[in-house]
Amino acid sequence: MPAKRDPLEVIATSPLARAVVSSPLGRSVAAKLGVSPAPELRRGRTLPAGPVVLAALHDGTLAARTLALLGIDTVAPVVDTPDARTVGESGRPVPPAYEGRIGALVLDLTALRVVEDLEYARGVLRPAVRALERSGRVVVVARAPESYDELEPRVLAQGLDGLNRTVAKELRGGATSNLVWVDPDTTPQALASTVRFLLEGRSAYVDGQSWRVAAAAVDDDVATAVRPYEGRIVAVTGAARGIGAAIARTLARDGATVVGIDVPASGEALATVVNEIHGTALQLDITLPDAGERIAAHVAERYGQEARLYAVVHNAGITRDRMLANLEEKGWAAVLQVNLAAQLRMNEALLDGRVGGLVDGGSIVGISSTSGIAGNKGQANYATSKAAIVGLVRAMAPRLASRGITVNAVGPGFIETEMTAAIPYLQRTIFQRSNSLSQGGKPVDVAETIAYLADPASAGVTGQVVRVCGQSLVGQ
Amino acid sequence: MTDHTAVVVGGNRIPFARAHGAYSRASNVDMLTAALDGLAARFGLAGRRVGEVVGGAVFKHSRDFNLTREAVLGSSLDPHTPACDLQQACATGLEATIYVSNKIRLGQMVDGIAGGADSVSDSPMAISDGLRRALLAANAAKTVPARLAALASIRPGHLVPDPPGITEPRTGLSMGEHQALTTMRWGITRGEQDELALASHQNLARAWSEGFFDDLVTPYLGVTKDQGVRGDTTIEKLAALKAVFGRGEGATMTAGNSTGFFDGAAVTYLADADYAAEHHLPALARVVDAEVAAVDYTIGGEDLLLAPTYAIPRLLARNGLTWQDFDYYEIHEAFAATVLATLDALADETYCRERLGLPEALGEIDRGALNVNGSSLAAGHPFAATGGRIVSTLAKLLHQRGTVDGRPARGIVSICAAGGQGAVAILEAC
Repeated sequence: MPAKRDPLEVIATSPLARAVVSSPLGRSVAAKLGVSPAPELRRGRTLPAGPVVLAALHDGTLAARTLALLGIDTVAPVVDTPDARTVGESGRPVPPAYEGRIGALVLDLTALRVVEDLEYARGVLRPAVRALERSGRVVVVARAPESYDELEPRVLAQGLDGLNRTVAKELRGGATSNLVWVDPDTTPQALASTVRFLLEGRSAYVDGQSWRVAAAAVDDDVATAVRPYEGRIVAVTGAARGIGAAIARTLARDGATVVGIDVPASGEALATVVNEIHGTALQLDITLPDAGERIAAHVAERYGQEARLYAVVHNAGITRDRMLANLEEKGWAAVLQVNLAAQLRMNEALLDGRVGGLVDGGSIVGISSTSGIAGNKGQANYATSKAAIVGLVRAMAPRLASRGITVNAVGPGFIETEMTAAIPYLQRTIFQRSNSLSQGGKPVDVAETIAYLADPASAGVTGQVVRVCGQSLVGQ
Repeated sequence: MTDHTAVVVGGNRIPFARAHGAYSRASNVDMLTAALDGLAARFGLAGRRVGEVVGGAVFKHSRDFNLTREAVLGSSLDPHTPACDLQQACATGLEATIYVSNKIRLGQMVDGIAGGADSVSDSPMAISDGLRRALLAANAAKTVPARLAALASIRPGHLVPDPPGITEPRTGLSMGEHQALTTMRWGITRGEQDELALASHQNLARAWSEGFFDDLVTPYLGVTKDQGVRGDTTIEKLAALKAVFGRGEGATMTAGNSTGFFDGAAVTYLADADYAAEHHLPALARVVDAEVAAVDYTIGGEDLLLAPTYAIPRLLARNGLTWQDFDYYEIHEAFAATVLATLDALADETYCRERLGLPEALGEIDRGALNVNGSSLAAGHPFAATGGRIVSTLAKLLHQRGTVDGRPARGIVSICAAGGQGAVAILEAC
């Protein structure tokens, strides 16, 4: 049933309003008001249309070897140096420029040592940001600050975080910038899934973020697989609709056999999703004390006693928004039970080595939220549960490292779902616009990021929280 | 030919909804398709070819001559899955189970789906015989005057549509009226009937709250639970209802202890035991044997709904079992009095000797083993869907119970049907 439309929305989407926005004057006014049409983002397993520029500081070769492994051709960067500038008609110096649009800049700063090295980053970025195509990419690869013993590079590496976030904010037309922290012994095989994810449309709504790719053993064929989940069973909770359904579909596209889980009352929608992707449905209330055992039992029953879950995506979540002044124990407990306690219990059961449980070398992905990272008025229960997911990821990742199990989370910002469609127009528009990409994300953006995090090729990515928020102004 | 064992893998149904309510716009094809899709999702059957899907409906439109095949084509099953329509009034679902399990046991297929759907809301309505004959004659007429003459034979009375009835064509009595005669003959009291109805509601409500139906039911059109179940009903509330069938002292049958009109669909997935094991499909219960019987309710004046009393002893004898050898009794509650009369008849020396030709009565059974998770009085009774509901429910109950005294738990299903028929089947836990 169509949601009741806000009068303001009716006006804003009227033919007259569209005509105004599409006229040159209207466009400039609209731009000033911040209501210009948002750029259409490149999505899916698609690389940028233009060339990928590879720029490496000093003798850094990690990015080059990674791109070579992925079979992605690169071109040399245009570097802005005083000598390279020409004098323009007005007599002012003109920086060197690319001949046409470029698709992406991959900037390898793993050899960063001293402050002066940063000049190379500026010199490469200046022409690149001017030439980047719509939905273009800046990917900065640098060593994680804590991987340095010496003071100066450690300090500088942290500085790159501010540089990356600023580049992300300055880029337009749906282009993004992200920073990948690596260890000294991170191999191209371990880095490949991350670089490809960032270059492809799958990372459309991931912007201004930084996360770590540690050293991990990844085979060449795993690193370059296009259907990485082939032959693997993945459980997705809350799979009946919205983001959960998108996760199930995306994982299935990448080869996964999906066990879709949702409350019995959502069984009809769940069956539709699961039949579409040839998975199996498990109608289950995840707050049951034995929910984890039931999931494992379903896996063993449907896929054989030797079958194990490769990954579990804890997507199911609820909100019971109330200002603290009005919040009673019931609404508080319900959110914490579904969003947090159930997840802890299920993990425990799935990790105890039982038949149908999580396999060593597998993956756990949770869903945090901008609300959890920044706090949100009226969401004390939700924010607590979602910040706790960050804690869960950080605490569990080292504990499960010896079993090769990765634990990560995504932090969605404003995602266009049935749930957010119910937010009043004006408020929704503010949410949609309060990020560097000037739009809300789509469920598939969250799904793609989860599929990347749980990818067997992302074995070096663990303990990370990757925000899918278009670089929301809210939070870090 | 090797021996094949047919097992119930699992089941699925949509919640049964009151007629003219949530499913009033849904056809039998829609509901059966939904039931199949829920089953496919549960067992990963989407895109897979199943041996055969067998089902039917009691209230059936003439256009639905291929109801089951149409449902298959609309479902997520591989369109190469064949289907067969079958009809035996309220025993349709159970007869479909017998059909599918027999084919599996004969090695003619490795798996199959049995079930049925019925909509009272979307029931067909026929035109009168007078109008139909006139129209057929007009259609066949070769000249305009002949055509006009044919049409001129239509009388105003012919224009009254002919709604589907549940009256027996040979007696003109409705099923409730027939049962009222039986109820009277066997002296079934109002109190007994109300108690059985109460137990049905309480048992079904408990089963729902325990999550028993989480893997047997898939919601449909926003309905997540059987609409008929009233866990909070009381013996006083049931006692306060007015009788709707029977006269005078015999007027003991109310809307509370008789099934009302419901819409719904149910299916059961059956497979060869070896095939199930090889394909990681659960085996809940083995289909042991089945028997169908009929009574002479027209000339002989027998009880219309007591045909199962004929089927049960024959089935027991063939399998070397006694009436007391079961851990679960699933006796379809068309009316509370039907169940009670069935039990009374089998415990009655005279009836068993004279009618059934047995040396003695079959005796009493443990009433605590009867319809333990509720039956049609609470769940509702969309005619052809009832068999699928009962078979899947019993199979799960048996599987949960496992063994009793070292032998597999055993259950019996009994369903009475219009036309004085009855189907009975034995299932054993796997």
